[in-house]
Amino acid sequence: MATRLKKTDVVIVGLGAAGGTAALPLTRAGLEVIGLEAGPRLSFRDFPSDEIRNDIRAWMSRLKFAKEMPTHRFTADQPAGPPAIAINMVNAVGGTSIHYGMESWRLTPFNFKTRSATVKRYGAGAIPANSTLVDWPIGYDDVEPYYDRVEYLIGVSGKAGNIRGRKDSRGNVLEGPRRREFPNPPLRRSGWTELTNDTAKRLKWKPFPGPAAILSQPYRGLPACDYCGFCTSNGCHTNAKGSTFLNAIPRAERTKNLQVVPRARVTELLVDKDGRARGVRYFKGKEEFIQPADVVILSAYLYESIRLLLMSKSSAYRNGLANNHGQVGKHYISHMYGGVDGVFPGKRLNRYSGSGAQRTTTDFWSDDNFDHTGLGFIGGGVIDARMEQKPIGTARAAAPSGARWGSEWKAFLAQNAISMGSIGTQLESLPYEDNFLDLDPTAKDPFGLPVLRVTFGLHEQEMLRHAFIQTKATQWLEEAGGTNPVVSFPATPIGVNSHAFGGARMGNDPDTSVVDKWSMAHEVPNLAILGGAVFPNSGTHNPTQTIEALAWRTADHIVANWKSLT
Amino acid sequence: MGESTSDTGGVSRRALQQREGAAGSAGVSRRELLKRAGVAGIVFTLPAGTALTPAAMAARRTAAQAAPLTAAESATLEAILERLIPTDATGPGAREAQVGRYIMGALSGDLKSLRGAYSAGLASLDAYSTATLGAPFGQLAPEQQDAVLRDVEGDKATGFLPNSSTFFETVREHALQGMFGDPYHGGNANFVGWDLIQFPGIKLTVPSVEQRIGTKVKPAHKSTTDYAIFKISSGG
Repeated sequence: MATRLKKTDVVIVGLGAAGGTAALPLTRAGLEVIGLEAGPRLSFRDFPSDEIRNDIRAWMSRLKFAKEMPTHRFTADQPAGPPAIAINMVNAVGGTSIHYGMESWRLTPFNFKTRSATVKRYGAGAIPANSTLVDWPIGYDDVEPYYDRVEYLIGVSGKAGNIRGRKDSRGNVLEGPRRREFPNPPLRRSGWTELTNDTAKRLKWKPFPGPAAILSQPYRGLPACDYCGFCTSNGCHTNAKGSTFLNAIPRAERTKNLQVVPRARVTELLVDKDGRARGVRYFKGKEEFIQPADVVILSAYLYESIRLLLMSKSSAYRNGLANNHGQVGKHYISHMYGGVDGVFPGKRLNRYSGSGAQRTTTDFWSDDNFDHTGLGFIGGGVIDARMEQKPIGTARAAAPSGARWGSEWKAFLAQNAISMGSIGTQLESLPYEDNFLDLDPTAKDPFGLPVLRVTFGLHEQEMLRHAFIQTKATQWLEEAGGTNPVVSFPATPIGVNSHAFGGARMGNDPDTSVVDKWSMAHEVPNLAILGGAVFPNSGTHNPTQTIEALAWRTADHIVANWKSLT
Repeated sequence: MGESTSDTGGVSRRALQQREGAAGSAGVSRRELLKRAGVAGIVFTLPAGTALTPAAMAARRTAAQAAPLTAAESATLEAILERLIPTDATGPGAREAQVGRYIMGALSGDLKSLRGAYSAGLASLDAYSTATLGAPFGQLAPEQQDAVLRDVEGDKATGFLPNSSTFFETVREHALQGMFGDPYHGGNANFVGWDLIQFPGIKLTVPSVEQRIGTKVKPAHKSTTDYAIFKISSGG
């Protein structure tokens, strides 16, 4: 029998990047908030430098995510099975903001209006017929104030390239206009990032130090980065990473209006007979609770948010919550990656330290920053040269002959491991009619609940875009002195991805979207959905900072419209 | 950007052997996929051990727990590892690094679910060696062993389920983990793996000079367990 708890103003499902950020403006406005988080509280002591434990065995995903791993298939006529590649989400207070790569980007003005800008420049034929690409119902200017707030909350390190239209070539001149400089200067330059910066300058690709949610200097009581080299897939042992468990969540707790409930696993979103959200059902161990609330914020990672919507069936929502228009799970996108590795003979590059976010980046081949006439695809990729080479990852390299074991391979490693360079890419990926999410009809999690099923494959534009950007990555590597370029990441559909988008996309029309321009569900006026699920398209950049900015914006909207929403 | 380069983590793979068909149908060869999986690693769902000193942990994993493989299986595995990462002109190999100890420990703990796959793969290897070269793998000359392993790697060896390259990639990946992972997991003894690739060891703070091109960084020979601030528990 479930214990019925006292009603709260707002219940948040999932205290990661989105839910953790939303908690701050809500509690500051005096609303009583209960934050339910499936994972435990972790601290810097839990984050040893250990490639096996963090990168390979993904210990932070074991509590929940790994046990409810979505299944994947490439097309709807195939059986679904365990994903060939799965990027892990974290279950803990702070969520995946604890261990992410900390590249902290704004989307660009182009990203919010990709369809209309493309049609205007190249005609409607440039967009594939089966792509469901739409413009966002909001523009860059709507989000810019919240980007600024998030950057100053977490102390993003970077160099502005466009302050209110004034360009500065030390930063990203291709970014959207920002109101002021970053709160912290870029992360330290290394020999590798300088070499690749000089090279990209020669190519006239407008390089810059990529923005990072890592403190380059002490900021608001937290220390600077120590460049330990075990940043990605790990939390930070100095607390220099901009995770919500170090900024938004503790600040919200200080208002005394946030009650964090760790290890609380939500299994259903509840509605009343009129179809309004009235709270959630959750379990702590085997104990079952009902938490009533005036407003429900769904902010798990994308797969769990969509799964919860689809599992929450009622007489008002027979096909899942907020799904009477059949839009939940549609327009799903998974980011695509690429890159090349190569050896710089005789050069000690010393990339065994720092973070992946310590990097030189170019947006020159991103968005519509170059002419796509005749290329057969729209959009592009962000390309960068990063630090944080790790030992086991290094040893996976093959010798130029292809040898991957034995004396020849070992001699290759002994001579060249310290001289390995790498250029990475991340690519725009469009939404298509035939890429979607639903509940798996057979696979279950340990609770006996269905796991999510991902149907996701690549299309012609994605293949062409990947091949084109690979040539640019290779050009950069070779121009910098790299030899024997090897593709580090072929064009592959990543079924389960930390950069996942759609499934509850934002729009003005309930027939083609799930949430409105404030991230409130069209069908459920007191339900907010946060996270990558609301993105209509991917852009090329990492999503976390946009997820946080949109979460803050929605929280402000809830505060400003409390009476009409409740 | 993700998780897109071969030397950073973030990407993990899951039970590739279960996905043969699907991977092929995406137009990605299995070999490519496995290489990339190398990029990445495997997701396992069993809890990790609790914090102990490297030596104590390694000892516990071998002695206190039931042996995950028979003595004969273990000997065959050691023979494979010596060919994958040989002791040769470039220095110590899998034998000195105690890569076998790492794998045996893992098969008693986090990778317990792969015990059956190891036993079956080792049996198939001996059967294939006997059928083609007249003796079990461990009794072949090194050049013959290499030839067999090339067949196993290239899916030319018969009698493996689902196929020989899956077994090969599993052992190779674990061999790399044992050679180049943190010594507290049981391998990389005396930091011989890290010395081979000039990885200086775990440091909490890396000064600017050690990120400059050309700097020769002195080996620190430190494990993550040498730092008292960390508590290594299952965390879940």
